[in-house]
Amino acid sequence: MLETALDIQGLSYAYGARQALKDVSFTAASGRFTALLGPNGAGKSTLFSLLSCLFVPQTGTLRVAGNSLATAPRAALARMGIVFQQPTLDLDLSVARNLYYFAALQGLSNRVARARIEEALDRLDMRERSDEIVRRLNGGHRRRAELARALIHRPSVLLLDEPTVGLDAPSRRSITDHAHELAAQGLCVLWATHLVDEVAPSDQVLVLHQGRVLADDRCDNLCGADSLAHRFQALIGAPG
Amino acid sequence: MKGALIALLAIIEREVLRFVSQRGRFLSALVRPLVWLLIFAAGFRAALGLSIMPPYQTYITYEIYIVPGLCAMVQLFNGMQSSLSLVYDREMGSMRLLLTSPLPRWWLLMSKILAGVVVSVVQVYAFLAIAACFGIVFPVFGYLAVLPVLVLTGFMLGALGLLLSSTIKQLENFAGVMNFVIFPMFFLSTALYPLWKMAEASPLLRQICALNPFTHAVELIRFTLYLTPNLLAGVWVMLAALVFFGAAVWGYDPARGMMTKRGG
Repeated sequence: MLETALDIQGLSYAYGARQALKDVSFTAASGRFTALLGPNGAGKSTLFSLLSCLFVPQTGTLRVAGNSLATAPRAALARMGIVFQQPTLDLDLSVARNLYYFAALQGLSNRVARARIEEALDRLDMRERSDEIVRRLNGGHRRRAELARALIHRPSVLLLDEPTVGLDAPSRRSITDHAHELAAQGLCVLWATHLVDEVAPSDQVLVLHQGRVLADDRCDNLCGADSLAHRFQALIGAPG
Repeated sequence: MKGALIALLAIIEREVLRFVSQRGRFLSALVRPLVWLLIFAAGFRAALGLSIMPPYQTYITYEIYIVPGLCAMVQLFNGMQSSLSLVYDREMGSMRLLLTSPLPRWWLLMSKILAGVVVSVVQVYAFLAIAACFGIVFPVFGYLAVLPVLVLTGFMLGALGLLLSSTIKQLENFAGVMNFVIFPMFFLSTALYPLWKMAEASPLLRQICALNPFTHAVELIRFTLYLTPNLLAGVWVMLAALVFFGAAVWGYDPARGMMTKRGG
């Protein structure tokens, strides 16, 4: 039985009259890649904003590694690594400087940060890019640098909000593979996407549509003999 | 506590690095007050007669009068520039990185303001050095005594910038800040003319000038440069700084959901 790292219960959020999330409940386990699959406008980014404390839920609870976001938001944030949909690297600084800045925002001293940054860059095969200015990196390497950055403070939960947007196919494959490896190493990975080919058969799949969870199961259980693409389209009522 | 200090220093270092890499920003920060000092003041000195008034103990030229106001102007523009970059950061997403740090949000926002203050203080001293080259000098200890005052006035104007950035939804709306904040704040102050001169034109305008926190920032800098205490201005600036900062922290409260405008 895998340990629950992310626990969301009865979560709702509305922008004025428009309901973005309606009574969303699910758990995500350590050591598992959980794909949050939904078309554009499904509520994925709202969910990520709530998880990263940029919004406060109107109803419902969120717990990260046992810490409630309502009562212990800082402890919860300290256990989360986040890769945002929009790039958040400083383009004019080197990869290492960007990572040092993030480490400092986590309160890590230079000495600790140095070791952690090397470790994170090694995990992502990015050590040789450490001194390169971010502007000179291609999209795939920038994303990997952001993924490395999200690991510096050794989080237990890794949130990635459509991290492959704008990448070419090989870069997309590489980032997806890296995230799967991190899950295999014990991290709880929550990966928001609208692309079914980023999901492996053994992944947990949450289908989010119009703010509701329509399915929550292992990908191979959910699909049976069918493909995930067909199953997904059938669930969200899209023409096949 | 140690972690909070590490974050503060990193935020300051990042702002300074950014500033150093943007030479145009430094140049325009210097050219703006120099244009006022060397062109506007030269033309205006004939039109404006200044009587002896504290902290001056003798008649002064108009150039000498406006230097403290121009120091405050440098900080005002720097505060607004920081505000602009905060709105940009928010649109680009890097503000999210800052706000998802596990440190208290008020500390992160204060660090962001202090980073801007460091940059603005460097700009003010560079401007004072150039003014000295043109013969506009102040008592030596005035240059030292004004340092903590510049930190305070810079903080007040940086907090105002932060507050504005929390209310501006899009980068395009920033032009309104120029029209409705920077210009009225600067022109309705004692930066360019003393209060009594304003009273001659309109008692109402004089009252508005007297209430403007920027007036008190200018006067605090002016009096301190001459090593003369000005408690009223000090209290005004401190209160304004606290109010602006408190409102900015409130503005960045996640319960208000201002970080993003739509779902996805």
